[in-house]
Formats: sequence, structure tokens, C-alpha cells
Amino acid sequence: MELDLKKLKLREVNNKLQNLDHKQNQRDFTITNPEGNHAICAGLTEEMNVTIKGHVGYYCAGMNQKAKITIDGNVGTGVAENMMSGIVHVKGNASQSAGATAHGGLLIIDGDASSRCGISMKGVDIIVKGSVGHMSGFMSQSGNLIVCGDAGEALGDSLYETNIYIKGNVKSLGADCVEKKMDKNHVKKLNKFLKEAKIKNLKAKNFKRYGSARKLYNFKIDNIANY
Amino acid sequence: MCGIVGIYLKSKKYESSLGNMLSNMLINMGSRGPDSAGFAIYKEDEEENFKYSLCLNGYDFEKFKKEIVNKITISNIGKNSDHVIMKSKSQPSDVIEILNKNFKEISIVGYGKSIEIFKQVGEPKDVVKKFNLVNFSGTHAIGHTRMATESAITTDGSHPYSTGEDECLVHNGSLSNHNNLRRKLKKNGINFNSENDTEVAAGYISNNLSNKESLKDTLKKCLKDLDGFYTFITGTRKGFAVLRDEIACKPAVIAENDDYVAIASEFQAMAHLPNVNNANIFEPEPGVVYSWGN
Repeated sequence: MELDLKKLKLREVNNKLQNLDHKQNQRDFTITNPEGNHAICAGLTEEMNVTIKGHVGYYCAGMNQKAKITIDGNVGTGVAENMMSGIVHVKGNASQSAGATAHGGLLIIDGDASSRCGISMKGVDIIVKGSVGHMSGFMSQSGNLIVCGDAGEALGDSLYETNIYIKGNVKSLGADCVEKKMDKNHVKKLNKFLKEAKIKNLKAKNFKRYGSARKLYNFKIDNIANY
Repeated sequence: MCGIVGIYLKSKKYESSLGNMLSNMLINMGSRGPDSAGFAIYKEDEEENFKYSLCLNGYDFEKFKKEIVNKITISNIGKNSDHVIMKSKSQPSDVIEILNKNFKEISIVGYGKSIEIFKQVGEPKDVVKKFNLVNFSGTHAIGHTRMATESAITTDGSHPYSTGEDECLVHNGSLSNHNNLRRKLKKNGINFNSENDTEVAAGYISNNLSNKESLKDTLKKCLKDLDGFYTFITGTRKGFAVLRDEIACKPAVIAENDDYVAIASEFQAMAHLPNVNNANIFEPEPGVVYSWGN
């Protein structure tokens, strides 16, 4: 079913998708003419496929649960922020704070993501086929952040238990973020993600893994100068 | 918040519709800045006059016209709402002195051989209508919609700020060291008309440019000397340049194709531009100077 944002109001479109009419067996939607509008497909809670044809604004697919949302264009700040489950697939580039605070689900970005990708992520898996900007994975708590390109400054600053995998160069690591050993289990897990994102030209063993040195977890009197 | 927009035309194709393009962008960015709006539009004067953009602030136009012709040789003078565009071949230093001395109520919004600036308080959709922006033509233009934070909602507090010939600046963000910097710049002879932080940044840029520094070097120095958050678009006679601070909290999107370069705080402001969906769309990287036409 086509939902044209030139003819329908954003609220009408979101309302329809948030409150599916179960009498109709309609689970496939295409949104046309998004024209950079904010909060498109925010707060979906059921299984459905939505394709957005064009560039969108902020907080697209925010708080998503169960739905599969594909954006055929670029996304603004905070795509899939606080996602709980489901899949969000961006075919273009993403602006800052992609997947911020997301608890679950899968976020795939075919292009680049700018600064603070995966900030405070809490269990989501994020796969970026391009590069990410500065402070990506900042204070991230759990989940996986996989980047096929490069990472900007202060990667994984003050992170907790997120696994970060980077194929390219890392400009610099943030506080308490260190490179860690890739063992067989990590390679296996990463291969699964690469397969899921249909990435065929890269091998999991060529990625580097980064995680927390766990030195900032508790207050230490030796660190007093840093506060 | 605040919204900033700009268009630089690479071909002559859209020169006559530049005002219309910018007008739609400003109206769309009303959501980011409902307090005031302003724009600078660049069009070379065919007779190489200096153009002075003045805000009457309630001063009677006919009275001004009668009085000013006795003091300066004027080539042309026209009123647009509460603003006046006055054209003259006299040197800016003389004209500015005469205006400041004799017409204290009237503010000089900007001057140069190409620039015209209009700004006023009110919602962007009303401001663009008031100045009839849709009918403007030109080579490049920048604009601003303001959500006032650190200084009052007044015409003087509205962007763009112009502190030098054919120069202007719009800013999304806030600066924290502007008082210190203002004091330093005043010593170098830069005049300020408001308490606004952006005016200080504009003055800083003008001061460096008058010391024969390139626009690119000047903007790079901003990264060191300006403390705060910003996305800047700075207009010059030939084009414009864009700079985001290194933290890059303030957004910007650029769309570039063979005909134009457009920049806005959010993509939705450019969604109506011709063929924008086929343009190269990217975010300017933090701390990197982007420049067109200069």
C-alpha cells in the first residue's frame, strides 16, 4: 500500500502504521515523498515491511519494535534511536547519533554514518558499510558496532561492554577503549553479521576488535586528577 | 536552535529564481527559528556603485531621501518595507561617517558592491513576504531564521551580520568567549552594534580578512580562537564558505549538483529545490572549511 506524504499528513501516516487495521491483511507499505520530514515511522510496534522512498529527517524509525523499515535515501539525526527490535536498513548515509540508546534489533547503514554513531547503545547491532565519524560508540553499553570503513576520533570513549569491530583505520581511541584479541568465537559471530548484511567482499578475520579496558568502571583514588 | 540556509549558483540557469528558492528554504526553517529572519543576496551592481542596506527604524523615508541627497551623491535609492537600498559611488568610509553622524536612528545593515541585506523580527514566512524575497534575483544568497538565546529579539540581534564590505555571516549555535573577543576587536577599530555573539564572530572574520588573510585561513583560525558551538556560513562577493566546529553538534547538510550548491540546517529545507534528489548530498565534516566561488 502506498502512503504519499504529499497527500497525507505525517501524523496520519504514522497513526496508520502504529495502529494497524487487523481486519485487513496489509503488512507491506511504501511511503513516498518523505521530503526530509522528521519522525517518519516512529513508534511502530508490529511486524510489517515499510519502504521509504527518499531522504528523511530526524529520528526516523525511532523506538522501533518488530517492524522492518528500509529507507531508500539518506537519514537525519538519530535514525532508529531507542530501537527495541526489528530491522532498520538505510541505503544512503546517516547523520549523527544513528542507533542512539537502542536496546535491540539490527541497524544496517549502506553508506557512512557521521559522529556519535551508536552513542549509548544498549544491545542493538549496528552494521555500517562505510565509515563512522568521531565519538562513535560513546558510552555504549552492550551490543555490536561493526564498521567496514574507518572510524573517526575518540572511538568507544567511556564504553562499557559493547563489542566494536572496525575493518579500516581508527583515527584515535577514546578513554578506556582498547584493542582486544579476536578469538574464534568473535570471528564466527562477526561472520554471521557480515552474512546478514550481505557483505561478501570482507573477511571477519581482517577486522580488529575494540572494547572496554574496564578501568573506569569504579572510582579509583589514583584517577582523582582526571575528575 | 536557529536555521541557516544558503545557495550558490554555479550556472546562470536559476539566477532569476534565486529569491524564490531561498524564500522556500527560509519558510521551511521557521520551525528552527520563529523569532526573526534575515537574508543576504548577492547581485553585482551593473554600474559598480556601492550598495548600502539600511534599516529605517521608523525614520521617515521621504525625509531621509531629501536630506541625504544634500550630503552624498546618490545614484539610486529605493525603499523595501522598512529597509532602504541606497546606491552611491562615494567611498564607504565617507558615507558611513555621514550616516552615523546625521541619522542616528537609521542602522547600516550592510554595504558592498554586490550584497543586499534585509532582516527583521517576526516569523520567517512573514519576513520573506514583507521584503518580497520571491522576486529577487542574484548569484548567491544566505539566510537565517533565529531562535533567540543570548541576546534580545531585535533587528540588531537578527542575522546575517555584516561587518565588512560584501561580507556577512549567519550562525547556528552560540559562542562563550565573545565578550573578551569583542573587547580585543574594538581595539582594532571594529565597530559593533549589538551584544550578540555572532556579530563578534563576523567582526573577527572581517578583521582577519582586512589583514589580507585568505577566507580559508581565517575560518581555520576560528577553530582556535572561537569557543563555542557553531555552524557558520560566511558570504563574500564571490561566493560562500561553510565551517562547523570540531564537536559538530550543530547540523548542516549540503546538496551539490551541476547547477547549484545548497546548504541548510536540515534536508527538509532543500527538499523542494529542483533536482535535489539527484544531487550529491553530504554533511560537512567537523573542523573542515568548505568554500565555493572564493
